[in-house]
Amino acid sequence: MSWQGKVLRVNLSAGTAEPEPLNLDWAGEFLGERGLATKYLWENMDPKADPMGPDNVLIFATGPLTGTMASTSGRYAVVTKGPLTGAIACSNSGGKFGAELKFAGYDLLIVEGRAASPVYLHIQDGDVRILPAEELWGQTVWYTEDWIKQRHQDPLTKVAGIGIAGERGVYYACVVNDLHRAAGRSGVGAVMGSKNLKAVAVRGSVGVTVKQPKKFLEVVRDTHKMLAESNGRKGLTKYGTNAMMDNMQNFGGLPTRNFREVQFEGYDKIDAKAMMKPNARGHTNLLTNKACFGCTIACGRIAHIDQEHFTIVNRKEYWHASGGLEYETAYAFGPVVGVSDIDALTFAGFLMNEHGMDPISFGVTLAAAMELFEDGVLTTEDTDGIPLTFGNAEALTVMAEKTGRQEGFGRILGLGSKRMCEKFGRPELFMGVKGQEFAGYDSRALQGMGLGYATSNRGACHLKHDMFTEDMEDQSGNGKAEPCKKSQDRVAFVDSTGLCLFTDGTWATEDYGRQLEAACGGDWPLERLLAIGERTWNLERSFNLKAGLTKADDTLPPRLLNDPAPSGTAKGKVCELDKMLPEYYAARGWNADGVPTPETLARLGLG
Amino acid sequence: MKSLLIDADKCTDCLQCEMACSFENEGVFNPARSRIKVFEFEHGRRAVPYTCTQCDEAWCLHACPVEAITINAATGAKEVNAEVCVGCKVCTIACPFGTVNYNEDTGKVVKCDLCGGDPQCAAVCPTGAITYVDANWTGYQRMRDSAVRADGGAS
Repeated sequence: MSWQGKVLRVNLSAGTAEPEPLNLDWAGEFLGERGLATKYLWENMDPKADPMGPDNVLIFATGPLTGTMASTSGRYAVVTKGPLTGAIACSNSGGKFGAELKFAGYDLLIVEGRAASPVYLHIQDGDVRILPAEELWGQTVWYTEDWIKQRHQDPLTKVAGIGIAGERGVYYACVVNDLHRAAGRSGVGAVMGSKNLKAVAVRGSVGVTVKQPKKFLEVVRDTHKMLAESNGRKGLTKYGTNAMMDNMQNFGGLPTRNFREVQFEGYDKIDAKAMMKPNARGHTNLLTNKACFGCTIACGRIAHIDQEHFTIVNRKEYWHASGGLEYETAYAFGPVVGVSDIDALTFAGFLMNEHGMDPISFGVTLAAAMELFEDGVLTTEDTDGIPLTFGNAEALTVMAEKTGRQEGFGRILGLGSKRMCEKFGRPELFMGVKGQEFAGYDSRALQGMGLGYATSNRGACHLKHDMFTEDMEDQSGNGKAEPCKKSQDRVAFVDSTGLCLFTDGTWATEDYGRQLEAACGGDWPLERLLAIGERTWNLERSFNLKAGLTKADDTLPPRLLNDPAPSGTAKGKVCELDKMLPEYYAARGWNADGVPTPETLARLGLG
Repeated sequence: MKSLLIDADKCTDCLQCEMACSFENEGVFNPARSRIKVFEFEHGRRAVPYTCTQCDEAWCLHACPVEAITINAATGAKEVNAEVCVGCKVCTIACPFGTVNYNEDTGKVVKCDLCGGDPQCAAVCPTGAITYVDANWTGYQRMRDSAVRADGGAS
């Protein structure tokens, strides 16, 4: 009930695809999606394995509430060892693919080995086929989805796939589903490419049932109503996540020009309001909002580019509508590279979806390249004749496409910021943690965010904890460790339900419990929910330690630790990580080296 | 009598309607078994819910050779009596809108029956894209909006 009780295990080396029963004991301890996939990854591979080798395991995971009437039930996670970080990768996505995988009868899809030649996986309920994909290799994500739907004469098929970036091992290639939703971070798309797996196409007609249908509908009616009435939800529906742009600008936490600054003069040309305002030619960027499967928030943006804009004036194929700017995309193509041309940002966003790349990592890598260029380390001879100056919109869009197609300097940008900065002898210009680039929040203004970045198991990430309220109320590093730990655990639990993090805040942790109780049966008291999160966090940490990461990887770039914020409410402040980190290890029940103590592991049933 | 009213401008493509429909009729969350479908156009620019409009002179009803499709006097819905239906699919051919479909699991056809007068798609729709309104006044809201414009725009 609610879980399908079935895992699909595909071994691409052997060419086999077999269903097996879901381990329900593990489901009780790790719930689903992020948590359960972490457990399966832990049990199925050696964390020391080469992330791009056949021994890495790639898991697509749904949660027990995925594919139900619980709001935001469209989510799935891709869990694997990430090539960008060498750590556990856990990237989740919305759209319709995740629910469809569940409707086909599977909680998890586990992909092992490596196909001898390009393939795609076609799943129609119990009928699973590994099919040749030679014709698709070298093609875009969008082309691939279209081709598969036509080949199978089935427009209802849902597709998750990779572009050229994933095929060629761009370190931050993502898995894109439903044209513009993505399991975006840590290079999960490159892992898929390393397995010669171009796409997973799925069509499900089994459906999902719940333990107590009448009670579930009652609970869901109530949780829907909570969202309907929530001001936070209303803001997301109307403005999308890009409403954050103004907040960060005013607060002085908006990373600008590779984190040299924390406020951006052009912010109001690319913020949520700018997306809704007609330009001089009467063109309005935003067309409408759009929901992922089952979502009653609908924060997604559907936008189009002004046809007169230099990027597409001669390229009719981009005159259609597609996924528009989210805050992280707007930050990564805007302030951090100094560009304020909304059409250029939107076009770069289209290119990320079309070619399957993480906009955050691409933007922050380009920002570091721009700093290298301005410092004279790179010249136009290196950069295909394009001046990589901060603010150059053409550099943004041309390099986005070159990286997506792996041409020219795009091959260097495809390394990610850390490897690129090391290559050019300036490692300190990498803005990220564990090889993964920062999201759009500066750790000098948001101290708890800094601690969260430093300790996130998948490298720098804004989605593994939520410290905004604490950070905005108190700009010091005092007392941030305990709330950060608690928030990380709560988020790990929410991720494991199969629902979206954007319900968190409107719903208390207990509200997820109510939905689980009616859907899955059994008792789901608060302590059990939080223990699922903490258990997941510690198992992710254990994976990373076994993979070879250490305390030394829980750090931030010198710029954030030593150079004071030049303006904003945190002017003069640096990130107080040295104070927060020991407190955090203690709050976690880890030793001074950041290793979970035997007592902690035993308490969580991980001993 | 009431009628489903669909305003595609308000649809976000969340598919709560498809889940509610399949759950009400089949006891399972399963869009593949929904009698209402949402169609997505141009990378999600438009999402359009569509289902049976309950024709007065229903092609499906007239085409059925075994009289398995009858009119619910209270709701006006054309309902399939599964015990009578022989799965010949003539109604699926007769319907000009494609809203009657065959279910291979049961060997019968399925179509919207307005949930006996409380359509769950409308009940669950979070944006008011699907409503259940007076069948004689499905244009009421649009007429009112026009009146507002005629009056100079103040609602």
